[in-house]
Formats: sequence, C-alpha cells, structure tokens
Amino acid sequence: MKVEQISVFLENKAGRLAEVASVLGSAGINIRALSLADTTDFGILRLIVNDREGAKKVLKEAGFTVGITQVIAVEVEDKPGGLAKILKLLAGEGINVEYMYAFVERSSGNAVLIFKFEDLDEAIDILNSHGVRVIPGERVYSL
Amino acid sequence: MIWSEEYETMPREALEALQLKRLQAVVERVYATVPFYRRRLEEAGVTPDSIRSLEDLQRIPFTTKEDLRDNYPYGLFAVPLKQVVRIHASSGTTGKPVVVGYTKRDLGTWAELMARSLASAGTTKDDVVHNAYGYGLFTGGLGVHYGAERIGATVIPMSGGNSKRQVMVLQDFGSTVITCTPSYALHLAEVAEDMGVDPKSTKLRVGVLGAEPWTEEMRKEIEERWNMQAIDIYGLSEIIGPGVSIECEEAKDGLHIFEDHFIPEVIDPDTGERLPYGEEGELVITTITKEAFPLLRYRTRDITSLVHEPCVCGRTMVRMRRVRGRTDDMLIIRGVNVFPSQIEEIIMGTKGVEPHYLLIVDRDPQTRLDTLEVQVEVSEEMFSDEVRMLQTLARSMERNIKDMLGVSARVKLVEPRTIQRFEGKAKRVIDKRKLS
Repeated sequence: MKVEQISVFLENKAGRLAEVASVLGSAGINIRALSLADTTDFGILRLIVNDREGAKKVLKEAGFTVGITQVIAVEVEDKPGGLAKILKLLAGEGINVEYMYAFVERSSGNAVLIFKFEDLDEAIDILNSHGVRVIPGERVYSL
Repeated sequence: MIWSEEYETMPREALEALQLKRLQAVVERVYATVPFYRRRLEEAGVTPDSIRSLEDLQRIPFTTKEDLRDNYPYGLFAVPLKQVVRIHASSGTTGKPVVVGYTKRDLGTWAELMARSLASAGTTKDDVVHNAYGYGLFTGGLGVHYGAERIGATVIPMSGGNSKRQVMVLQDFGSTVITCTPSYALHLAEVAEDMGVDPKSTKLRVGVLGAEPWTEEMRKEIEERWNMQAIDIYGLSEIIGPGVSIECEEAKDGLHIFEDHFIPEVIDPDTGERLPYGEEGELVITTITKEAFPLLRYRTRDITSLVHEPCVCGRTMVRMRRVRGRTDDMLIIRGVNVFPSQIEEIIMGTKGVEPHYLLIVDRDPQTRLDTLEVQVEVSEEMFSDEVRMLQTLARSMERNIKDMLGVSARVKLVEPRTIQRFEGKAKRVIDKRKLS
C-alpha cells in the first residue's frame, strides 16, 4: 500500500532545482508530483516519479544526495471539504502528519494526497477501517 | 624500526655534547659568511666564542619568515651558489616564496633523515612506496623520494593529481606504503570507492602523512577507511623539508625530532620566552648541520609542545606533540583564539557528516562583529528527507562548537562533494574580514 518517494537534498543555490528537473527530463523520467521543503540553508525536494530506480540512479550520477522514503497516497473526491475530512479523521485518532502534498489526477478528476506519517502501517489501518481509499504505489507511479 | 641506532638512541649526555659542538660550529660559520646573521648577533652582543653551553642558545635572536622574505632569494645562503646543488621553495601563499638551497652534503643529510623517518613508520626495502607528494619546488616529493631510495624500497614517483590514475596504480603496482597529505589520503579513499574499488582491498599498510595539521579523529578515519596505519610526519622547507620529526610505529604518540641535526625549543609566541617541557607554544628550530641554508632559532609558527619522557621505541630524541595549527592559521574570532583543527575535531566526532569542511570568517557590516560559518557536507547515510533531523544535526554541531570553543558559529549543511578537494595542502579557511 506504500508509495516510494524520491527525496533530494538541495543546497540553496541558484539552478539546483533546474538541474534536477533537467537530469530527470533527459533520462525520460516523468514527475508525477513534487513538493519542496525549504530552510534558509537547504531544501529537500520530494518527488513521485514513474521510474524510482532510474531517477535515483541518474540523480546520484549527477552528484545529488538522494534518498527513497515511503509515503502513503490517498484518493479523495476533488471537492470542498475533501481534505478536511481526512485530516479530521487522522487528528481524531491522534495521528500526526509529518508532511503532505497533493495533486489532481487527470483521468478521474480526483485529488491524490501524499502523506508522511511516523507510523505508516498504523495510519494505513486507520484509513482503511474508515473506508478511505489508500492507493497502491504501482498505480500512483503510472497515474 | 630504527634506521640509525647510533644517533637515534644516543644517550642524552652524548647527544647534548654533540649538539653543542655542532651549534658552536654553525654560529661561527654564519657569523663569518652571512652578513644578516653577523649583524643580528652583533646587535645582541653575541660572539661565536661566547656560546659555551646549550643554554647560551637563548641569547641568539630569533629568525622569522619575514627575515627570509627580506633576504629573497639567496641572501641567507651560507655558501656560494656554485656549491648549491638544489633549490626548493615554499608555496608562498602571500607574496614571494621562501627559497632554500642544499649542498651535496645537505642532500645526503636529508635523504638520511627521510630514511630514518620512513623506517620509523615501518618502511623496509621490501616495501613499494607510492609517493603522492608533489614533485617540484615543494620539498615533499623529492624529500620522500630519496629517503625511500636510501632504504632500498621500490619508489613510485606519482606526485600529486590525477586521482583515478593514483588509485589504479595503487591497486595494480601493489603499493604497501603511501606518502601524501592526510586530506589527500581521505580524498583518494573517496575516489577509490567511486571507482568501485574497496580501499581496504589494496595492499597499503602504512600511510606517512604530513604537510598540514590534522587530528586524531582524522587519523582514525584514514586508518579505518584504508585499513592501514597512519603515521604523522613533520617538516618544513625552511628547516630541510619533511624529515624534521616523525612518529614511531610502536607508540604513535608524539613525533621524534632528529636532535642530532635540529635543536628544538618551544616559546611563548607573544613574549618570546622559552617554555618548559609539556607547555604549548610556538616551535623554534635551530639547524646545526646544514651547510647551504642554516637557520638560527627559526620561528616555525607551528603550535606544539615538547615531551622529554623516554619512548617505548627506544629513541632518546625528544618528541613534539602533533602540531595543533600555525600561529598564522589561528583565527581570532570575537577575541577568541580558534584553530581550524579544533573545529575539525568536532566535525569528525559528529556522525553523519563527511570529513570535508570549509570555514568562512566574515564581519557583519552592521554589528561589526565577526561571524563564523562552518560548511559541512551531508553524508549519504545521514541524509533523511526530514528537514527537522538535518536541522537538529546542524544545531547540535553549533552547540558543540559553542561549548568547546566559546564562539558562536553557523553550521551550513552543503551537498556532498561540493567542498573543494586538495591534492596538496588543504585550504580550509576563507577569511573575508577587511581589517582596517
């Protein structure tokens, strides 16, 4: 049920983000979703791509520090209140969200929420038991 | 292994008698042949025949690097140029380099001292010595070269640079001893790993490393990564080059100074007073056998202390502690004395960062206060996608620097391999302060 996300350490320097994008682009790797966490000194770029191993390999070759992190993808209807409902549910169960980001899926028009929790398995159980659609990695990569 | 039992284990009394005899001879010679020394000695009221004991050495004025620059290039040579068979020069980061000369006998002395040094690190005629010190005006390359040849080892004159080729040669030629700077030893390990070569799989068993200050932590890291012994060697071109002092493989606890050729003292750099054994200060060396370029009480600017307790290896020569830095490397940040090596210790003691760093000292234009930025590379295994964890790492290093050195620093994590690597001496400090 988990999704593998590529994380890249980026120094705050002009052009680093562009470099990641062009490395992936020229390797024919498609970015499904991304988010950027930044501090004054550095940023962490989080990516969902169609080819994780390929992305990791080309980025490493280009000199980036790359990690693979497990996250969860949840599908909700793209309408007002959709995100709030999920977050309320998690808060009620005492589950802390470490970070999250979202994108809209083209075919269904649904929103896909990417979550990072401390305990992913526990979160999956809770989401499942409340009938929330947790989507498997393979589907997310090919969206 | 002791190369020269006769001199290296000479009883102190005999050694001191030999030192005095040689000191008297060198003072007499420079008084007669070098106008600079004659003037200095006369000003201090010292005549050659007034040097009656080793204690009298303290009456001789110091010679400084500025004196050497003022007499550029040959002004302090004590023999005519036609007797000089080799010239070397220091890197001279500021202004003109310092030029040193050797007579044929000086080169013999140097080779002998380097043979002693390499033997002290465990080198024998059966070894293959991969010499990655630079060949050229720098004394490192040729110094090691002739010492290793004198031992009868097989010398590979690599010089610096072209790291991938260095790794290939290390592997294929079966080198057992490597000589280079400690930072280059680490860099080569990194390059080897990149090439898919496990540094531990090479035949290297000893590294004779020097030409820049390093720390015990760095030694551990080098020894672990290469699975070899790392031995600290010390020297400076003004004195002779490498081969002034070296650790013994038995103790690896202080560097034996070859006192039959050099008389060491440690002084308070501010007052010039000689300090007792064990106290840290600036190392001052008098060369007592060199012909072309003798130096009286040369202020090395290196910070160390002397240990006179006997060593397990049997050498009777005094030891100097690992050089902690140079008086001119010392940074004064908001009035606090900081040596880059102290920050290095903290970095090397932190899990998850690479042993490569850069210190940037600046002055805030508004507050007029000094600022210290420490750039450190994040290592692959440390990298996590959590911002918080990386920030915690940076903050904890800042806390350690503050606690241990008393200065506030800003630790900036940077991407791996973005800090410049050096094949010779590493430059780890950028001082942007404009002091006017």
